[in-house]
Amino acid sequence: MEFLYFMADALATTVSLAAPLILTAMGGVFSERSGVVNIGLEGMMLIGSFMGVLFSHLTGNAWFGFWMGALSGAVVAALHGWVCIRHRANQTVSGVAINILGAALTGYLLRAIFHRAGQTEPVPGLASWTIPFLKDVPLLGDIFYRNMPPVYIAFIVVIVAQIVIFKTPLGLRIRACGEHPEAADTVGVNVSGIRYLCVMLSGFLAGMGGVTLSLGQLSLFREGMSAGKGFIALAAVIFGRWTPVGAMWASLLFGLADGLQLTAQNWGFTAIPREFLIMTPYIVTMAALAGIIGRSVPPAASGKPYVRRDGA
Amino acid sequence: MKSLNRVLVILLAVGMLVGCAFSGFAAPAPKVGIVFDIGGLGDQSFNDSAYVGLQRLANELGHGTRYVESNTPSDYEPNLASLAREGYDVVWGIGFLMADAVQKVAKQFPNTKFGIIDHGYSEEEYRAIPNVLGILYKEHEGSFLVGVLAALTTQTNTVGFVGGMDIPVIHRFEAGYKAGVWKTNPKMNVIVNYSGVFDDPGKGKSVADSMFRGRKADVVFHAAGSTGIGVIRAAEDHGKWAIGVDSDQNHLAPNNVLNSMIKRVDVGVFEGTKMLLKPGFTGRTVVLGLRENAVGLAPEKSNRASASATAKALEWAKIIARGEYVVPEFPADADKLYKK
Repeated sequence: MEFLYFMADALATTVSLAAPLILTAMGGVFSERSGVVNIGLEGMMLIGSFMGVLFSHLTGNAWFGFWMGALSGAVVAALHGWVCIRHRANQTVSGVAINILGAALTGYLLRAIFHRAGQTEPVPGLASWTIPFLKDVPLLGDIFYRNMPPVYIAFIVVIVAQIVIFKTPLGLRIRACGEHPEAADTVGVNVSGIRYLCVMLSGFLAGMGGVTLSLGQLSLFREGMSAGKGFIALAAVIFGRWTPVGAMWASLLFGLADGLQLTAQNWGFTAIPREFLIMTPYIVTMAALAGIIGRSVPPAASGKPYVRRDGA
Repeated sequence: MKSLNRVLVILLAVGMLVGCAFSGFAAPAPKVGIVFDIGGLGDQSFNDSAYVGLQRLANELGHGTRYVESNTPSDYEPNLASLAREGYDVVWGIGFLMADAVQKVAKQFPNTKFGIIDHGYSEEEYRAIPNVLGILYKEHEGSFLVGVLAALTTQTNTVGFVGGMDIPVIHRFEAGYKAGVWKTNPKMNVIVNYSGVFDDPGKGKSVADSMFRGRKADVVFHAAGSTGIGVIRAAEDHGKWAIGVDSDQNHLAPNNVLNSMIKRVDVGVFEGTKMLLKPGFTGRTVVLGLRENAVGLAPEKSNRASASATAKALEWAKIIARGEYVVPEFPADADKLYKK
């Protein structure tokens, strides 16, 4: 019985740790599905987490901060889109540049605006939501009864993304741009437009993932607080075979390893060494990439700038 | 034009002479530099407390001061060495993790004085580095007091402890806290979790969330640097109590920080610098505890515990300061106080 309570507790921790990964991974799915590789998710998360805290600090309204954080991710993503789509630059290089920009810009602004290094003072953060009717449901209630709002938002985004990408005309166009942009172009799809839309959406979602870290889990910004989560989200996209639901499960798996590892000590379950739990998700990812869990094929045109025959 | 040049040259020469004369008259103020640990400035606890000590050296004694931050453990040595090379008279390493780096750099710069917080070297080691002062704290004494407060505040008979790294300094916090809880009620549950890091507030939040939500703890004490900021955020989110550490952390969540175990790193840096600058200093370790007012509770305005609980803790403080009760330093010794 105690073990069941432990599992429920570990899973509750898992969903809160996975939420920023899920949101960011959804961004990765949209971008890659449209044919633009977005290594810059990490930097967009970081900028989102900072801007969220900044606007929460300035207005005293955590929700305003939340949306501004997401929006700032989209603005940075527009830059990535402009470089990669308009100017057909190497997408990996642009993404790496955005990651460096994210770390440097937030560090600079922290010192310039908050006059301190390391981290900000606490600002208004997002208060947890409670779902009343879940309270008495065993297990499920323990996990979902009370969480920070981005947890619920993340799962809604997954459902919407899955439907948009696979069940709507827009989704068909997005996938066409990622698989065969020339074919899409010949039937009148605006390839650049679709790609811009998806890249900016990916920045919006990555920004939301970032602000989940700063205003959801905590209520402050800390330098480098994304701590590689953008890259883990990218791994979740690949592991999840470029589908929203797949990427969600991959994110949850990564979260689970952390969730188990963090809560095990509280319950006295320390039979499995912590280090082993920490490395599990990475081993699973490598196994997935090596094709052990089945082939993982990226969209055919992902990473390739689209050049029209007439040069326009 | 030529005469103008001559005037300029003369002015310059006079200026230099005057400058030399002035610096010759007044003995130059000693320069003190500190190297922060990875938690960094702004951790609202350990490093910030050291910074207060540095500011006092500048404001009260007029010392020249400077601080350097460390991003990774590999920065410790170059940071310490660069301050020594730049002619700082006293260089501080803030934290146990810098013990090896301070020892190494102190050998390279025998004419510079070094201080380290949270570490003491052996007699033999001090012979090779007579220019080093080690400062140790009796964290267990201060932690005992917040343990008493926790035990007299909890309604669920379950309290938690979140440690940063699994190292001797943090064990002293754990041991003292447990002893304080179990001296008050030997049947109480104390849940211990070492997060493994001092600089991950997100981790602290998750660990404390699980203590409050899963284990039904209602008071959690942290000794985890900025990881602990997440613990305080969790207490705020769940409407429970957190106990701060090192600095007075009440301002982080005024209604949910019960008290803070103050560790006056500033006292160590301030008094230690004075010791280091005294002529004839030789390498040694100084241990600071309740008696020296270097550990203890937060000021009354930041105390949210009941009057009776506070009175009980203050009573213990007197007993410990007088040496009538020796607080266990190791968790294994504290565990003997627990009764099923």
